[in-house]
Amino acid sequence: MIKYPSILPLKIESLNYEAGGKQLIKNISCEFNQGKRYLLLGPNGAGKTLLLRLCHGLLKPKSGKVMWSLDKDVKPKHHQAMVTQRPVMLRRSAYANIDYALSVRGVDKAQRPDMINAVIQRTGLTRVAHKLATVLSLGEQQRLAIARAWVLKPQVLFMDEPTASLDPPATHSIEELIHEISAEGTTVIMTCHDLGQAKRLATDVLFMFRGRIKEMSSADAFFTGPQNDLAQAFLDGQLIWWKRRPDKDDVQI
Amino acid sequence: MNDLWQAFFKAISLVVTLDDKLLEIVFLSLRLSLSAVGIALLIALPFGAVLALTKFPGRRILIVIINVFMGLPPVVVGLFVYLLLSRSGPFGVFGLLFTPSAMIIAQVILVVPIVTAITRQVLEELHHEYDELLRSLDVPWYRKVTALVWDARFSLSTAALAGFGRAISEVGAVMIVGGNIDHLTRVMTTAIALEARKGDLVMALALGLVLLAVALGINLFAYSITETVKRRHQ
Repeated sequence: MIKYPSILPLKIESLNYEAGGKQLIKNISCEFNQGKRYLLLGPNGAGKTLLLRLCHGLLKPKSGKVMWSLDKDVKPKHHQAMVTQRPVMLRRSAYANIDYALSVRGVDKAQRPDMINAVIQRTGLTRVAHKLATVLSLGEQQRLAIARAWVLKPQVLFMDEPTASLDPPATHSIEELIHEISAEGTTVIMTCHDLGQAKRLATDVLFMFRGRIKEMSSADAFFTGPQNDLAQAFLDGQLIWWKRRPDKDDVQI
Repeated sequence: MNDLWQAFFKAISLVVTLDDKLLEIVFLSLRLSLSAVGIALLIALPFGAVLALTKFPGRRILIVIINVFMGLPPVVVGLFVYLLLSRSGPFGVFGLLFTPSAMIIAQVILVVPIVTAITRQVLEELHHEYDELLRSLDVPWYRKVTALVWDARFSLSTAALAGFGRAISEVGAVMIVGGNIDHLTRVMTTAIALEARKGDLVMALALGLVLLAVALGINLFAYSITETVKRRHQ
């Protein structure tokens, strides 16, 4: 369980991001609270991944703020972790990959083996623990990326389409891991394109379209009757050829 | 044709019986080349790492210059070092010309661009691959560098080998600054050139065989290390 003062809630205020002369994130404001599983949904190019990267500090916004609940003794970056769509593996064994993450965070060398073995066991990587990480299957690499993030006991775990290009069994095992991580009190903020997965995992949903958040609500409310017509069209699989209703002119598309 | 075969067998006999003159030349060659590569690594590894991992004005021009210097003609380097170390040159007071030290300096100048260019290329590619993960983990810069160098160690050993290959096989520069003096600055390549010109094919061939064996041995050694590590992880 979380031992440090919480870095949550995470408040996003009037966030804007621009690249190549195009504004890709447009004036986003929202708040993420402790212990929830947020799913960022939306079509390709909606800005979901960008928003994750901005929150995690991998990108700098053009304007606006990403505000963690700061405590003078707590460095927010050290209580977050990120799992990307294509896992980046150090050219070392699976075990050494996890060990590196712990060593960077200053965990004592004597404590590390127990922590590593525990997370390896929980992620089902025992058989491949001493294999070179780069030769593992994509599913194993993704589990290793999760293990490497999980071992740090993050308060917030960002996940960018962690099951993209995985087969159903591998997807299922990743979803189980996400439930376990969440059960330990970690807030999960992830993107995905699979509505079934979103229903299974989400406690809250943020629907994005062209750099804006169109709807943020509980998963139940979102999947039973979204307030936004774009979100409804997305759920109906009609967003591509969808035309706005004449009475809905609040959004510039 | 028979003369050639006879010379070849005599050369093998020289190698097998560990001829004193042959050994002296071989050991001097190895000592000079290994020293040059050692010094070049101390300069080129950090230089290559800086070029790979930092951005500063003029970086691209520097990379182009380094790449151009990889193909430096050895005789030009020899001439340049000769002018610097000659009695009327800026470093003439040190009296280094026609000494092993002058040969090491010339070899270092030839090896540094090769090792720097390969180091930069290897580390830049690996940094590109690791960058997001390392930033996500909030890794301090010095730990980034050590992680990149450690994980690229086998590729970097190739840089060292390429540098050694350049140093041990070089003839033009070391001939100019070393003078090919018997028992002092005569190395394998300069000795081969001299003996061939004299018509002493036996010694030239023997040295050629050793030169080939050294190159082969070092490459086999590096290959076996890489394969052992790969096998251990599979």
